Amino acid sequence: MSNKRLTFKKRLHIIKHQLRGKKLAPAFNAFHTFLFTPDETTHSGGHIRAADDLKRTMNTVIIALIPVLLFSMFNAGYQYYSAVNGFPENFSVWNDFLTWDNFWIGIIKVLPLVVVSYGVGLLVEFIFAVIKGHEVEEGYLVTGMLVPLIVPIDTPLWMLAVAVVFGVIIGKEVFGGTGMNILNPALTIRAFLFFAYPTWMSGDKVWVYQGMERAGTPDAISGETILGYLAQNSQNEFSYTVSDMFFGFIPGSVGETSTFLILLGGLFLIFSKIASWRIMVSAVAGALAMGLIFNGVVDAGWITESSKFYGLMSFDFWKHLIVGGLAFGIVYMATDPVTGSQTNRGKWIYGFLIGFISVMIRVFNPAYPEGVFLAILLMNVFAPTIDHYVVQANVKRRMKRFKNAVILPKDAEEAKLKVETI
Amino acid sequence: MALLSRKDSKLILDPLADNNPITIQVLGICSALAITAELKASIVMALSVLFVLGLGNVVISLMRNMIPSKIRIIVQLVVVATLVIIVDQVLKAFAYELSKTLAVFVGLIITNCIIMGRFEAFALGNGVWRSFLDGIGNAAGYGVILIIVGFFRELLGSGTLLGFPVLGNPIEKTGLYAMGYENNGFMLLSPMALIVVGILIWFQRSRNPALIEEN
Repeated sequence: MSNKRLTFKKRLHIIKHQLRGKKLAPAFNAFHTFLFTPDETTHSGGHIRAADDLKRTMNTVIIALIPVLLFSMFNAGYQYYSAVNGFPENFSVWNDFLTWDNFWIGIIKVLPLVVVSYGVGLLVEFIFAVIKGHEVEEGYLVTGMLVPLIVPIDTPLWMLAVAVVFGVIIGKEVFGGTGMNILNPALTIRAFLFFAYPTWMSGDKVWVYQGMERAGTPDAISGETILGYLAQNSQNEFSYTVSDMFFGFIPGSVGETSTFLILLGGLFLIFSKIASWRIMVSAVAGALAMGLIFNGVVDAGWITESSKFYGLMSFDFWKHLIVGGLAFGIVYMATDPVTGSQTNRGKWIYGFLIGFISVMIRVFNPAYPEGVFLAILLMNVFAPTIDHYVVQANVKRRMKRFKNAVILPKDAEEAKLKVETI
Repeated sequence: MALLSRKDSKLILDPLADNNPITIQVLGICSALAITAELKASIVMALSVLFVLGLGNVVISLMRNMIPSKIRIIVQLVVVATLVIIVDQVLKAFAYELSKTLAVFVGLIITNCIIMGRFEAFALGNGVWRSFLDGIGNAAGYGVILIIVGFFRELLGSGTLLGFPVLGNPIEKTGLYAMGYENNGFMLLSPMALIVVGILIWFQRSRNPALIEEN
């Protein structure tokens, strides 16, 4: 058979066999399995034929992220032109939001963030795979998409690159690579950026394209996030309506603004059984619970307007869900199967505490107007402990039930056997 | 080295690399994290520990046959405390600003595990000259790591070395800062010191696989 007759797929398999054992094999295999199912099977043990391997799982999450990414590209332009020209009088989605001008700002600002995030992150992954001689791990596919969506739009590209190198090496590779990390790599990158370059990660300049460049000039523009505004001011007066907040026409990190699209993505992930609905539901419940407590404190009159916490404490509890990165964090990052809790009851506890602590950090620490990334990282650390106690409690409960069971004489023999196996 | 026999020079050289008190024995970590944000403070700390450990080992070694073993810890503490107070007073007299920066950490040399560790493990059972070399060697091993960590933290965190701006002026935007470079504030926080020490341990172990424990 001549080489010309071979299908593309077959040729790739031939190249793969030629490369076997060579240094470049992991790099080639990474691209190969991204496109096609490998032509080899394991030789021993039971087999399950399923299409949803790690790469498909990752790709599903990326599909859920694409609407958010597209929206964020339009929003980048919308926030920029609104900051320069003022908000449009009669806002219409078609004329003011989904325009080429807006999208163009997205292309020149958001796309480079995505490219740098993927380029640098995958380069680190490939280098590690070649040095260690194992296959390239897929873990970065989702991280690389999450990272550009959780940083302010004006983040310099070199900062992002430094943070990605740090996050992939210290957050993931030192623990043994994908599936072994204790902290979510995307949030490790965000935390590194936040603590390393705080002036570029908070304030009222970084959320709008050219905000930092123009700072201090007569053309200065700003777009403060709602949370940032509330942390500074004690009244609930700003120009954004609830529907602005819900659909995402507000300043914020690149992809976190549109709660609506995040909700759709979340539903998609739940129905494709990629993400845990338990974590999402309990995290929402946790955030609402903390918000209700704060509202209650304000209603009881324990906190007056002179308090610096008044602005955020009196913020309606349900609005916490539609501003800031809480929704994005809950849907895409708290549900990370590697760093989250594994047991069902553990997921409830883990999710609830994420929501609860996020809102608590928001209100009590004005230096961190957004607390969701710290809350998730904190709970990542506690997830194994939660799982341990859940499993132990289950073991104890079952042992107790077994001991208390009335054993009929004819079952006694069997029961004895069971005790021994336990 | 004609001055030292091979066995003696091993006492000095071993702690510098393959038996480093910080990266291999993981002792004295607290001060390594706390005071390495500036290179100058790291160097002064390294010299202080060099003085205390070198002299302390000699004193303990001289007294080793007189110390009742039941109260040896107290005696060791008295010796360290005396030496540390000398260091503290000298710093206050001649480098007041620096002693402010180091604050409580000079006093805490007393609790540095490396010092008590060397007294217990070496000075109590060896002669004066060998104890002195061991003390100098271990303090140097500690100091080298401190200085390396301090170098990177000050360079990347503040853009200076020993207080001199080497990367340009961050406020007037000269040098590297003109190109958009920013100081990494995370470097000045203690967690980053831990990570830098961790990277050093990683580096050292991957160069010398004999150091990796089997499990």
